[in-house]
Amino acid sequence: MQNDFIRIQEADFDLTTEVKALHKDDPRVGAVVTFVGTVRDMNDGSQVKGMTLEHYPGMTEKSLEEITTQARDRWDLYKTLVIHRVGPLSPEDQIVLVAVTSAHRGEAFAACEFIMDYLKTAAPFWKKEETSEGSRWVDARVTDDAAMARWKKN
Amino acid sequence: MKLQLRFFASLREGLGLAEEGITAPAEVKTIADLRGYLIQRGDPWAEVLASGKVIRCALNQEMVKDTTSLVEGAEVAFFPPVTGG
Repeated sequence: MQNDFIRIQEADFDLTTEVKALHKDDPRVGAVVTFVGTVRDMNDGSQVKGMTLEHYPGMTEKSLEEITTQARDRWDLYKTLVIHRVGPLSPEDQIVLVAVTSAHRGEAFAACEFIMDYLKTAAPFWKKEETSEGSRWVDARVTDDAAMARWKKN
Repeated sequence: MKLQLRFFASLREGLGLAEEGITAPAEVKTIADLRGYLIQRGDPWAEVLASGKVIRCALNQEMVKDTTSLVEGAEVAFFPPVTGG
């Protein structure tokens, strides 16, 4: 039975539908933790009108599988789901969903945050923003590297 | 050594190129050697891949260091630090 799901898609997703499907027929589950990332209308002092997400097909899936595998090595998880959107997006749009099921909340909270921190620094996605000053590639954030580095101390 | 190069995001735009098959000379043994070899082609390579710029590299779709050895027939991708999520 498949327990880890990775989807790269242009289409939007519905949180309720995804969560229901993830723990359907699985009465072992006592905790479902989800994270949804959305597009902000402001970045580095500029108004963001929209963005386009590019990725590296093939490597994206491989890197997300590796991220999930590492999460499983650290915590007892039942199922994991990562949905990442690509293509054109507007402010308020959902970009990413990470969902994790486990017996208890501690494992699920930690794994969800770990997967998200790891994704931010290792999965090959790039954002190009349309701002009032023109379009620009988003710079990687030092704070994302710092968030990832926390997990290496464990 | 035959290699399939791929470029993404700002690098792809700066080079005006997404993909290129090359045969690298024998002295190109590592990722860093390959980057240096491409820089020697002159602009836009020299500008886009300039040594001061932070560029990530993947060998056969796995993130690697500058010191990693190339392998025959590999897919080598260059791209800026990732910004997904």
